[in-house]
Amino acid sequence: MAEPPAALVPTRGPNGGSAAGEPDLRDFLPGIEPDREIDDWGRSERFADLFDRTLIDFYYHLWFRCTIEGIENVPADGPALLVSNHSGALPPDAMMIMKAVREEHPRRRDVRMLVEHFFKGYPGFSMLLPKLGGVAAHPANVQRLLHDERRLVLVFPEGAKGTEKLFKDRYRLRRFGRGGFVEAAMRARAPIVPIAVVGAEESQPVFAQLGLLKKLTGLAYTPLTPTFPHFGLLATLMYLPAKITIRFLPPVPTDDPGVFGEKPWEDKGLVQTVAQDIRATIQEELFDMVGKRRSVWF
Amino acid sequence: MTSKRILITGLSTYWGGRLAQALEQDPAVEAVIGVDKRPPKVALERTEFVRVEDHHSLIRRIVQAAEIDTVVDTRLVADSIVTSPKLAHENNVIGTMNVLAACGGPDSFVKKVVFKSSARYYGSEQDDPAFFTEAMRRPRPASTPIERDIVEAESAVREFAERNPETIVTTLRFANGLGPAVRTSHTRFLGLPVIPTILGFDPRQQFLHEDDIAGVLEHAVRRDLDGVFNAAADGVLALSEVIDLLGKLNAPVLPPVATGLVLPLLRRTQLPISADMLQHLRFGRGLDNRKLKATGYRYRYTTRETILKLREHQRLSPLRRGVREDYRYEGEVEEFLRRSPSVRRPARPEPRANLAAGAAPATDGPSAPPGYADLHAKEVIALLASLEPAALRALRDHEAAHAARKTVLAAMDAVLARERASA
Repeated sequence: MAEPPAALVPTRGPNGGSAAGEPDLRDFLPGIEPDREIDDWGRSERFADLFDRTLIDFYYHLWFRCTIEGIENVPADGPALLVSNHSGALPPDAMMIMKAVREEHPRRRDVRMLVEHFFKGYPGFSMLLPKLGGVAAHPANVQRLLHDERRLVLVFPEGAKGTEKLFKDRYRLRRFGRGGFVEAAMRARAPIVPIAVVGAEESQPVFAQLGLLKKLTGLAYTPLTPTFPHFGLLATLMYLPAKITIRFLPPVPTDDPGVFGEKPWEDKGLVQTVAQDIRATIQEELFDMVGKRRSVWF
Repeated sequence: MTSKRILITGLSTYWGGRLAQALEQDPAVEAVIGVDKRPPKVALERTEFVRVEDHHSLIRRIVQAAEIDTVVDTRLVADSIVTSPKLAHENNVIGTMNVLAACGGPDSFVKKVVFKSSARYYGSEQDDPAFFTEAMRRPRPASTPIERDIVEAESAVREFAERNPETIVTTLRFANGLGPAVRTSHTRFLGLPVIPTILGFDPRQQFLHEDDIAGVLEHAVRRDLDGVFNAAADGVLALSEVIDLLGKLNAPVLPPVATGLVLPLLRRTQLPISADMLQHLRFGRGLDNRKLKATGYRYRYTTRETILKLREHQRLSPLRRGVREDYRYEGEVEEFLRRSPSVRRPARPEPRANLAAGAAPATDGPSAPPGYADLHAKEVIALLASLEPAALRALRDHEAAHAARKTVLAAMDAVLARERASA
């Protein structure tokens, strides 16, 4: 026989296994191939680095002059789900948060951001976003990123509702989805790090939604901003130079069996409560930061 | 359970042929029988080929007469380029039903059914997860006939598994296979000098080396894997990365919208791109292969290494053309080689001469044929089938008295038992 009998093959690795005797699949993740520039999620090291050193660097340091607070709340190792408010027509907050963790965090950790599925259908975006670390917001993807690969994952629970809200509603958080992000964090036993971002609202304010244009172009949404639609696609890079402040808040644990029980994600009420708490925390923090800031621009 | 008497349906497919080649090397396997509509495409030593349409009563008669304990179904066609939708449906849905009907029933000897399925089961859609696990269903119903057929065939297999709980049913969902001997629309596509892609899309793709295809099937025969397993190499590559590795040109010439409209044009230019491949070129697909790995299978190649192997083959194939002739099945020749008493059976002539000379009628006590002590256990085992029972018994005594290698003794016993049974 070419292969040893089943009994001789270790089916349990260093991570043990579940109580049911199932092997822990984390031990069977594919190895890293050093010659590859793109990882299995489609993130391109070379491209992301180039983007980071040029465009993102310019926006981060010179244009938005980002101020970072509480970076120590991002765990140095192990998984964490970063949850932030979302704003601006083409929101700059995602790239700025990723850059902040890469720049300011002592371990320079790499963050994956969850993006809507519809981006996968847009030519261009479909190619670009995965290269920069975007991953479709599918529960199975979140589970693999957090639980199996123990990474940092950034999510905007408001989704498109956050970015399409009008300027008059700025800094008023939309509904936090159906609490799916809390469920995902609980399943992966990963802490949640709430993030409050101030300034992104003013960088690309939305004055109205152009329903007719949306119908004509088939885009996900067509806002009226200081630069769109009259500058066309160029407007995606045209931000007003608002000052952005990113505040990382203390992590919320999700794996405390004393508080949450064995399988907390099955308790929909609990999931909703935790989601509401996190939303309230970020909302309070936003009001605090907006109230105390010196100016929108400086 | 150990599989001893194995039926391979779809022997003339690449997968079936490779599996038969691997299984017939193993002396513990008593019989390998292959059925198909077309003759096998690879040279086989002791696998017996029976030409049968997948008609269930005929297959059932073979299964019962040969007391088959393991059926490996490798017929599934997942490539719409190679057949018409109607033939594919006939083969994938009706054929699978017939094979399963032949395996079931209370009086059946079949203890294990291995079904070769395809990762096409999951489709390629916008809202796919990055890695499909075996428990997932495709997010939207299948849109092309061939994918519908695969889903239907798998549900027939699932139903069979539910009805026959004591039978081990393994479903293997294979990623697209690549390698020198595999000919699919993907190998043809990646063989083009300039590779057309859809503008603005760079799908993630995952492949499986042809050796791993055979390896996974063999693994499923040797182990008892109940349930569904994905079979795909480690590593999911972006299509641009694949094209880079192959050293080809990436031409994003297919329009991102209304891509389906250029299909007739592609067909006219003989480009191997079909409607269902367009989805794969747009959204790609990744599989979670860890469940199979957890059963002890080790992939020989990663996706990247598979692509590099393909590149090697692509560069050499114009030079190799015509150097070696392709195998052609000739029923009467095969029949002669297998049955005629005039044929001296073993493949390796050199050691066989020694053995045959020395192991002739045993004289006083167990005698060693000259050169026997130098042979490795594997070499000895390979020769056993060629020996006369008397000589074999003598050789067994010799082995027991001298080296007493367990593997050799076990193999000898197996051959002897088989001969006793057939006598």
